[in-house]
Amino acid sequence: MLSFILRRILIAIPTILLISVFVFSLQKLLPGDPVLAMAGEERDPEVLDYLREKYRLNDPVPVQYLTWVGNALRGDLGISLRTNQPVTELIAEKLPVTIQLAVMAILFALVIGIPAGIISAVKKGTVTDYVANIVALSGLSVPNFWLGIMLILLVSVRLNLLPASGYVPLSEDPVKSITTMLMPAFVLGTALAATLMRHTRSAMLGVLKSDYVRTARAKGLHERRVVLKHAFRNALTPIVTLTALLFGELIAGAVLTEQIFTIPGFGKLVVDAVFNRDYAVVQGIVLVTAVGFIVMNLLADVAYVLLNPRLRTA
Amino acid sequence: MSIADPILTRRPESRVWKKFRAHKSAMLGGVLVAFFVLIALAAPILPVPDPAATDWGAVRKAPTAAHPFGTDEIGRDVLARMIWGAQASLLAGVVSVGIAVLLGVPLGIVAGYFGGWTDAVISRCTEALLAAPFLILAIALAAFLGPSLTNAMIAIGLSATPIFIRLTRGQVLSVKAEDYVASARAIGLPTPKILTRYIFPNVLPPVLVQATLTIATAIIAEASLSFLGLGQQPPAPSWGSMLNTAKNFLNQAPWMAMWPGIAIFLVVLGFNLLGDGLRDALDPREH
Repeated sequence: MLSFILRRILIAIPTILLISVFVFSLQKLLPGDPVLAMAGEERDPEVLDYLREKYRLNDPVPVQYLTWVGNALRGDLGISLRTNQPVTELIAEKLPVTIQLAVMAILFALVIGIPAGIISAVKKGTVTDYVANIVALSGLSVPNFWLGIMLILLVSVRLNLLPASGYVPLSEDPVKSITTMLMPAFVLGTALAATLMRHTRSAMLGVLKSDYVRTARAKGLHERRVVLKHAFRNALTPIVTLTALLFGELIAGAVLTEQIFTIPGFGKLVVDAVFNRDYAVVQGIVLVTAVGFIVMNLLADVAYVLLNPRLRTA
Repeated sequence: MSIADPILTRRPESRVWKKFRAHKSAMLGGVLVAFFVLIALAAPILPVPDPAATDWGAVRKAPTAAHPFGTDEIGRDVLARMIWGAQASLLAGVVSVGIAVLLGVPLGIVAGYFGGWTDAVISRCTEALLAAPFLILAIALAAFLGPSLTNAMIAIGLSATPIFIRLTRGQVLSVKAEDYVASARAIGLPTPKILTRYIFPNVLPPVLVQATLTIATAIIAEASLSFLGLGQQPPAPSWGSMLNTAKNFLNQAPWMAMWPGIAIFLVVLGFNLLGDGLRDALDPREH
């Protein structure tokens, strides 16, 4: 088991290195002189030279890359051009907000997606299954930022039930924090719920055909017990892996959701950075999300092995 | 004496087509997609006002006979902007997926067929690119390339490329092991011929399914980028940027936010249904 985890970590290292190369080369995509972009209105040659020296832009590109990676490894992702704050600090500040949103969205997705998937598999071919599939496909097709806008219109503007925007830290007022986050989390969770439903359904369909399910039924077990205890337990493995892999989708969805509900999280940070041409922040965010995704992948693999006893000895 | 079996003698394509036609939801998807394609193509000849024409006498007017979908914050006809916006959305979907397929399929074939170092390099790069969330990557690329519809399409296309590399590579690996490829090699066919005549056609069906589903994702991605201001630039109409403006007038003009969202939803649903139907028709396994 330990050697398996170690092996997975070793495989992840070259991938992370490659990502760092990609993220670094992003800034080389910038049209024109990056110093001009950094300096903004400033055109004084002395200032430009100073900036060039400060960001070591006179070094050969490979050296620039090594300097950048070396700093990144020490947790230094550069300084935000707008706020003059270290990028790492900015990310650390915004991340908990997005994590709260993501966790609540995953809860919504699990609570809606898994039961819907189970029911739809058990009732395969019936009207229930058909309706569940249509709803799931609609969940996948609806742009979540539009869903957010419509919910604001209905729940906040018309019914005045929940606040349309804002954020209250969990530590400050837990109840208010959760109620403010309900609508955004639901919006973010719908697409995930749809994906989860479809995967749960197909995993369950596969398992329900297996011999041990037939045996369980032949033994005269109650259908509910057969489905939940025998079938679902085994369908769970791919579902757990998938949930971890949805991390990427979640972060991307958070960008738009946070934008609509003006939540000061990770996603809002990246959009603001893009508009402020705060390239160090954009790079830092891409790097952090990509590495986060790889870590989630790793955890998913480990969970997969832990949940599947047959793989444990391998 | 033998009677030709009608099922065996029929060309496989027609069997696929028959299966596809019997697939009700796929046909619905096809109709939805066809509807929007027609509208986008017919935009110049449809009897609607100029999508850029402002009318300060009719600002944020609710739907009427003259403006069936209402007007926007500077008195432009929402219906006309919706119709012209279909062009941006479909173009973005098709062009970006085109980029992803044109880059991804050859790379996937090379990686899968030749294996070894080539495969290792391509596969590691693919994994690295797949690690960055699709939309984050597209946002970052659009940000560095500069905001415009063309750059948004390039950004979305590049972000979707790794999906096609990985899919094609996996498909090539399984096709490569088939006897007919071994025979082709045994009779001394040159590699390019094996690749184009035997490998490529067998890789195509899953790529087609994935491409259809990715168009759906790409259309949402374009709408998202335009919503964030990184796609189609005003005053050119796009459903995403219309939603961006609309969110500031939710109280006064809710119709501005309704139509673009419904349109995105329907066209994306169309491509998703079509993709699901194609998969069922092309895949002999039962779903």
